[in-house]
Amino acid sequence: MSATQYVSLSTESSSAFPMAARGPLSHKLMTVLADRPETTPVDPGLSEAVGAALAAADSVVYDDDVQLSLFVLYGLHYGSFAGISPEWEWQPALIGARLELERAFEAELRSTVAVPALPEPTGKAVAKTLAEITAADAGPSLSRFVAKKATAEQLGEFLMQRSVYTLREADPHSWAIPRLTGRAKAALVEIQADEYGGGRPARMHAEIFATTMRSFGLDAEYGRYVDDVPAITLASLNVMSMFGLNRRLLGAIVGHLAAFEMTSSIPNGMYANGFRRLGYGTDVTAYFDEHVAADAVHEQIAAHDLAGALGEDQPHLVADIVFGAAACLAVDGWAGAHILDAWTAGTSSLRSER
Amino acid sequence: MADDASPASITPYPDGPLIVRGDFEIRSTDGAVIPNGRATVALCRCGVSSIKPFCDGTHKLVKFRTDDA
Repeated sequence: MSATQYVSLSTESSSAFPMAARGPLSHKLMTVLADRPETTPVDPGLSEAVGAALAAADSVVYDDDVQLSLFVLYGLHYGSFAGISPEWEWQPALIGARLELERAFEAELRSTVAVPALPEPTGKAVAKTLAEITAADAGPSLSRFVAKKATAEQLGEFLMQRSVYTLREADPHSWAIPRLTGRAKAALVEIQADEYGGGRPARMHAEIFATTMRSFGLDAEYGRYVDDVPAITLASLNVMSMFGLNRRLLGAIVGHLAAFEMTSSIPNGMYANGFRRLGYGTDVTAYFDEHVAADAVHEQIAAHDLAGALGEDQPHLVADIVFGAAACLAVDGWAGAHILDAWTAGTSSLRSER
Repeated sequence: MADDASPASITPYPDGPLIVRGDFEIRSTDGAVIPNGRATVALCRCGVSSIKPFCDGTHKLVKFRTDDA
C-alpha cells in the first residue's frame, strides 16, 4: 500500500475514530490504523513520528498530540474504536510506539510526582501511608465547587470530562487481576465484582454513569466527547492504562486504585448534592450516590486487603504501590485543577480549538 | 476476606467501618430488611455517616480513630 493511499484514507479516519487528531503523531497513527494491518507496511514510520512528538513536547503529561496518541494506542487493547481492525493490537510497530511514549510519560511522572517516605512492608504500615497521603489531598476542591456553585452548563462539562474514563470505569485496574495471586487478587476481584454490578448488567458502574449522561441530556456513546477534553483529562486515563497494561508496574496500578477509592466517597456525595441543588433527579444523581456507599467499602478493601497485603507479600512492590497512589493523586489533581481554574476564571474547561 | 467456615464475617477496619461479608441480612428494629445494595457492605462505626447504617467515608473528616491503627 502506497503513501498516497494513506493520505486518501485520512479522510476516512474521521469516521473510524470519534475524534480528530491533535498533531502530526496522532494524525499519522489514526491514518495508519484506519487501514487494515495486512495491507500496511510493517514499519509505517511511526518511530520517527514518536521521536519528533516527544522532542516537541514541553510536558508529555500536558501534550495533546502525545496524550491523544497514547489514548488511541490503549484503545486498541480496550477495543474502544469499533471501526479499527483488532488485528492491529499486537503489531510490533504499534507496541514499539507505545513503549517509547510510555517511557517518556513514566519518566516525567517519576520526576514530578512527590512521593512520601516509604512505609515498612507490612499491611498496616502500607495502609497507613496511603491513608496519610490521601487525607492530605484536600487542596482546592472541584467537588466543593460542584456542590455549591456550578451552573448546569458546568455540570454538563463535568460529565463530559468524566466520561472519558467513567464510561469504561474499572477496566484499567482489571488488567491487574491475572498478575496478582492470593489475598491481593481476591481483594481486587471483590472490588471489581461490585464495580461490574455483581452480576447485574444494569448495575455496572459504567452503565449507571451512561444513564446519568443520557438523563442529563448528553450522548453516552464512548468517545463522543474526546474532542472536547484537554490533554490532562486524557492523561488521567492514560496513566491508569499504562500502569494496568504493564506487568512491571503492578504495584503502581494497585496503589493507583487504592488512592482513587480512598478519595472517592466524600467527593461523590458532594457531586450528588451539586446535581440535586439544580433540581436533577435520581436518574442523574444515582451514579454519585452509589459511589458514596460503594467506595466507602472499596477504600477499606483497597487499602488493607489489596495494597497492604500486596506490599506485605511482595515487599519489593511497596515503592511502586506508593508511587502509583501518589501519581493518581497528582494527575487527577492536575485534571481537577484545570477544570476549577477555568470555571473560576469564568471560562469553559473544554477545548476551544476543534 | 470471609472465612470459608462461617456464613458471614464482620471485620473492623482500623480507623474505619465494620466490613460485613458473606450470607447476612440487615434489619431495622421493626424487623424490616434494609437492602444491602451490594455483596460486601461497610457499616458506620464512628456515628457521623449520613447514610447509616452504612458508611459514607465521613469518619475521615472527623478523624475517627481506633486503637488498632
